[in-house]
Amino acid sequence: MEKLLEIKDLYVNYNTDESVVHALNGFSLDIYKGETLGLVGETGAGKTTMCLSVLRLLPEQVGEIVSGEIKYRDLDILKASNDQMRELRGAEVSMIFQDPMTSLNPIMTVGDQIKEVLDLHYPKMDEREKGKRVDDILSLVGIMPERKDQYPHQFSGGMKQRVVIAMALVSEPKLMLADEPTTALDVTIQAQILALMKELKVKFDSAMVLVTHDLGIVAKFCDSVAVTYAGAIEESGTIEQVFTRKENHPYTTGLFHCIPDLTSKAPRLTPIPGYMPDPRSLPKGCKFADRCTKCKDKCREMEPHMHEVEPGHFIKCWFSSEGSEEK
Amino acid sequence: MLKYTLKRILLLVPVVIGITFLVYLVLSVSPGDPARMMLPEDATEAIVAAKREELGLNDPIVVQYLRYMGNAIQGNFGTSWYQGFDVLSEFSHRLPYTLTLATIATLVAVLIGIPAGVYSAVRHNHMPDYIITFFSLLLSAAPTFWLGMMYQLLFSLRLGWLPASGASNWKCFVLPVVSLAGGMLAGNSRMTRTWLLDIIRSDYVRTARAKGNKETVVIFKHALRNALLPVITQIGVGFSNIVGGSLVAENVYAFPGIGSFLSSAVKSKDIPIVVGCIVVVSIIVGITNLIVDLLYAVVDPRVQLGK
Amino acid sequence: MNAETNAASLRKEGKKRKKGQIHMIVLRFRKNKLAMIGLFVLVILMVTCLSAPLWLNYRLVTRQKIVDAYQAPSSAHLFGTDQFGRDLFARIIYGGQISLFAGLITVFIAFLLGVALGGAAGYFGGTVDNVIMRFCDILMSVPGVLLSMCIVAALGQGLVKMLIALSVAQIPRQARTVRAAVMTLRGQEFVEAARSCGSSNTRILLRHMLPNVLGPIIIGVMQGLGGTILSIASLGFLGIGIAPPTPEWGTIISENQNSLMYYPYLGIIPGLFIVVAVLSLNFIGDGLRDALDPKQKN
Repeated sequence: MEKLLEIKDLYVNYNTDESVVHALNGFSLDIYKGETLGLVGETGAGKTTMCLSVLRLLPEQVGEIVSGEIKYRDLDILKASNDQMRELRGAEVSMIFQDPMTSLNPIMTVGDQIKEVLDLHYPKMDEREKGKRVDDILSLVGIMPERKDQYPHQFSGGMKQRVVIAMALVSEPKLMLADEPTTALDVTIQAQILALMKELKVKFDSAMVLVTHDLGIVAKFCDSVAVTYAGAIEESGTIEQVFTRKENHPYTTGLFHCIPDLTSKAPRLTPIPGYMPDPRSLPKGCKFADRCTKCKDKCREMEPHMHEVEPGHFIKCWFSSEGSEEK
Repeated sequence: MLKYTLKRILLLVPVVIGITFLVYLVLSVSPGDPARMMLPEDATEAIVAAKREELGLNDPIVVQYLRYMGNAIQGNFGTSWYQGFDVLSEFSHRLPYTLTLATIATLVAVLIGIPAGVYSAVRHNHMPDYIITFFSLLLSAAPTFWLGMMYQLLFSLRLGWLPASGASNWKCFVLPVVSLAGGMLAGNSRMTRTWLLDIIRSDYVRTARAKGNKETVVIFKHALRNALLPVITQIGVGFSNIVGGSLVAENVYAFPGIGSFLSSAVKSKDIPIVVGCIVVVSIIVGITNLIVDLLYAVVDPRVQLGK
Repeated sequence: MNAETNAASLRKEGKKRKKGQIHMIVLRFRKNKLAMIGLFVLVILMVTCLSAPLWLNYRLVTRQKIVDAYQAPSSAHLFGTDQFGRDLFARIIYGGQISLFAGLITVFIAFLLGVALGGAAGYFGGTVDNVIMRFCDILMSVPGVLLSMCIVAALGQGLVKMLIALSVAQIPRQARTVRAAVMTLRGQEFVEAARSCGSSNTRILLRHMLPNVLGPIIIGVMQGLGGTILSIASLGFLGIGIAPPTPEWGTIISENQNSLMYYPYLGIIPGLFIVVAVLSLNFIGDGLRDALDPKQKN
């Protein structure tokens, strides 16, 4: 399979007046063509930062990529020129933002906002063809094309998210970064939107990173999954490998205990005790050590590396099967 | 839109009535007998009484006011108590000067203030930003009449480039316009800067970047148009302030607008002139606010007129 | 733990947090260099003007000595003398008492009435809101300076009359700010919560709402203060502010208008005092806005 995106050992900081926030700490991830990867983690784990880094859209003067490597196909994103980045954004890689309420320009019609992507990336296409493409993508996401002359405030939240998705898909990108696309929506609409995205993804044969904190969504819509914690991946593998629960990172196990399971007889959910470490001053060893039930002295002194417990299934823990053998 | 415009113009009527009545009321109950002040000092009591009767000062205030407004609607704003001229005809000479001055000053404030604010925001925390911010702060802290005097001192008296007073040709307008525009120009530039900086960090501007737009397009097409909305809403207030400033600054330049004779009317309590001035200015300000609101509705699709 | 101690500890916690908040605001304000410079300059200006009777003879303000007319600034007359030989420095310092403190009092009156009117309008809504706001519309339908001029025309000249004239022109602005702030708060849960606990209207307004709308009000007051000082100067310049011979910065400029050609310092210096005072107030206002509303910052 062709590797589409490769992130290697990425470190990203947010520099504020008061302190330095370490948002990504050695984040590595590969995405293959046609794959749907679920990126799971708590708020503040660095999921959004990762998406913004790929498009180099981190807030100016505040967000800083300290080290690491991001490669999209053959393009080294961190060394690419601004023009190269502009050609990439919206055409090859597009992003679906978290909050549909604020992600649309309030004084442009939705049709114009979608068409702008075509204007930018298909300058030779004639106006009628562009109009048709806008109509088509609107019908695909379930909005009547006649509504393209309306403004964002005339749409409901779910409808706005459909517009945002239409905007991200109109250029048929190879890679979609969907940053919690359904968090701001009702549960009933969530499923609709996700099903729609999956359908469109298959139709355009693109890869997708689906950022979410909901393991249920991952199980239903993704091929593979990566669990983030404090700015790094703790476990990654296919859905089957991770969800069979044969062997998991203690954090992933903790996450599973937080999902209500109707088949089990457990009387109540067990939350993971404690909080994620303060990203302004991270601990030395394993970032999860403070909340981990298996924590030993070694965990607090040295950060574990990734261990491949079975082909394609990686866990970053001293006590993973391959890791413990090494010991 | 037409319906809304008509409705707003109708709504202007009670406001004009309200403000004129208020002013009429405070002017009438205040101490001092205009009849006595108008007559020579040695006038007998009988003559004063006759004068009072002639002016209608013996009627209740409400009657006086209604009579005044009845005449005003027919285009008769009365005659000045002390100078004897017809108020309306005097206004028709003077008002165009004040209005021209205020309109040009507002245009200058908008056309220079907004670009200055944009430039300041784009070069945020660099030298041009500091320079523009410095001058904006200075201009908004200086009294208009004092600025006028300083310009006059420098450009007329010292350098001799521009006339110091009068309104005989276009050159006479330059200094009054510059001194009047200063405050609003500073306000526009600071407001544009603040909002642009705020909106540049908004989600939809990030969306515009994520589409692959050039930074200039992001700023001018997506951010600036949104940043100008709050600036537009302030144009009405700015214009009103400029008219107010003009009433003061005209005295510096001996400019033949309504300001220069209003201040003497205020001192002598010449009610017809003062109330007439209030009527005229409140109508002008009201119409300007209406135009600004209509403009706003055109620019911002979220605004629905009449709601 | 029983409910009572629980509530007590919560209250303590709340107090601690409030203290922390004020502490944060002070910290943020102190970090703002311009605001600190503004505060410093303003305090010096106020102390100098207010303490003038202790070290500067008031007779200097009014004493006319024609032989001393138009003296250039020197050690005897720091800012020189005017056409009547009066000492400009003494006039400016004593004039500052009027300009600065009349401004403060005006804004304070406008603030009290503005909070009352705006708070009532925003909180009760409906007819109360309509009446108050239409009244404000009427007052705002002409420029503030014109309104003040009319009131002065009616009442006559004098300090108190000028204060009334300027306050009336200020009230609608303050009332609108307060109303807008109260309106946004009215629908929020903590107000509902207070009401459901049986708090009276006055209690809700003063205890729950006022602390939360203080930010925009303080910013409005600071902006109003700068504007009022400019208005006082304008009225003084037109000769309808304070009756002479009491000095005031605007009147001083106006008195010297005809001497400006040959003795420009007579107009420049008092004007600079106005600029410096208003600039300091604007700096403090901006600093307070940034400190009270950290969202606005970066």
